[in-house]
Amino acid sequence: MPTLTPEELTAIKLSLRVAAVATLFALPFGVAIALVLARTRFYGRALLNALVLLPLVLPPVVTGYVLLLLFGKQGPIGRWLYDSFGIVFAFRWTGAALACAIMGFPLLVRAIQLAIEAVDTRLEQAASTLGASRPWVFLTVTLPLIAPGIIAGAILCFARAMGEFGATITFVSNIPGETQTLPTLIYTFTQVPGGDAGAFRLTLISLAISLGAILAAEGIAQAVGRRVRGQ
Amino acid sequence: MSLEVKALTRLGDFTLDAEFATDGKITAIFGPSGAGKTSLINVIARLIEPERGRVAVDGAVLLDTERGIDIPAHRRRVGYVFQESRLFPHLTVKQNLLYGRWFAPHELRQASFDEVTELLDLGPLLHRGTRQLSGGEKQRVAMGRALLASPRLLLLDEPLSSLDEARKQEVMPFLERLRDHARMPIVYVSHSVAEVERLANSVVFMEAGRVTEIRQDSTTPPLLNEQ
Repeated sequence: MPTLTPEELTAIKLSLRVAAVATLFALPFGVAIALVLARTRFYGRALLNALVLLPLVLPPVVTGYVLLLLFGKQGPIGRWLYDSFGIVFAFRWTGAALACAIMGFPLLVRAIQLAIEAVDTRLEQAASTLGASRPWVFLTVTLPLIAPGIIAGAILCFARAMGEFGATITFVSNIPGETQTLPTLIYTFTQVPGGDAGAFRLTLISLAISLGAILAAEGIAQAVGRRVRGQ
Repeated sequence: MSLEVKALTRLGDFTLDAEFATDGKITAIFGPSGAGKTSLINVIARLIEPERGRVAVDGAVLLDTERGIDIPAHRRRVGYVFQESRLFPHLTVKQNLLYGRWFAPHELRQASFDEVTELLDLGPLLHRGTRQLSGGEKQRVAMGRALLASPRLLLLDEPLSSLDEARKQEVMPFLERLRDHARMPIVYVSHSVAEVERLANSVVFMEAGRVTEIRQDSTTPPLLNEQ
């Protein structure tokens, strides 16, 4: 294992933090939107579905630029957040997390939506005849049954967030210690003479983290899946 | 023990327009497949919301569309044993049994866990997963789960129909025990004459969404031993 420079270590830690915060932040919204898409039929549902999937097909740089327009200090949402709560996204690590959350959101929602659609609603009916109100049915029956889907979605979202580049660099730039994540640091290394070794080291680390995350996720999802299917 | 049911609703091409009242401890709803038997008890449990209807159990009105009364499913305290057991796969047998008990108000709890476990001989199954149960065992657990929720009325929807002959014979004695020990009226849906004869003392005949005949039998069938 080659030794890492403090700069590289900072970028790795920041990437992990950004991806973790992005995933945790996106999770409740992801479950809520997935529930709406899987269980309700309303006018405009197709549009909501398209909006959720949009970051998947849009060039990331476009997503980043839209975020900058909306959440930048002069943007309508960004100014309101700053004036009301003192929250700043532009050129901060929190902005990187926001960008990553949005880029990972389609994967998160899709996985959870598929899991919800696979739930046998007759079990939920049974729970209601046993005295469970709708929130309790969701907590004690639906949620445990879709747990493997939620875990799988969260892992995909996390992995996507770890690799996010285009939207991040457009929205929050590439500031060492604040918004310089693993991918943006690799990019920096490729732009300077003699950066090859650093780029190569980080590429290996990036590979290891992603592979580890996917293996762990699959393992957990399978174990939980076996459990909820009663095996 | 009294039960009063009236329901009018359209389900696709099918129209359910049925009405019956009974004082029997165990009432069978008897009729061919597609007669609307399950739809009718789904109205009782509020898994179906009828256009017009009335459901009253021992004087408690659970549904009366004319008076705007419609108690939600989880507050009706109507126990339901489904055709396909519907046990929660992510819970053990014991957790399944305790599920409804947890929601039942303390002052209304009737049967104790030990009583029900003994009645249905569930002791040896308690720590198993639902996957490790036979069809007959699943139905016994489903009966116990419904009983432990302390319902005011118990609905059994063809609990034997998904079982082979041997399993039916194995579960039948437990159904009889349930009938004899349960403290609430029971509605038993079936298309089997043998089951109805053996279990019920009132029979509601249904065909094509309508009640065609109600037979209130005052004499206790030979196998029914009233407590």
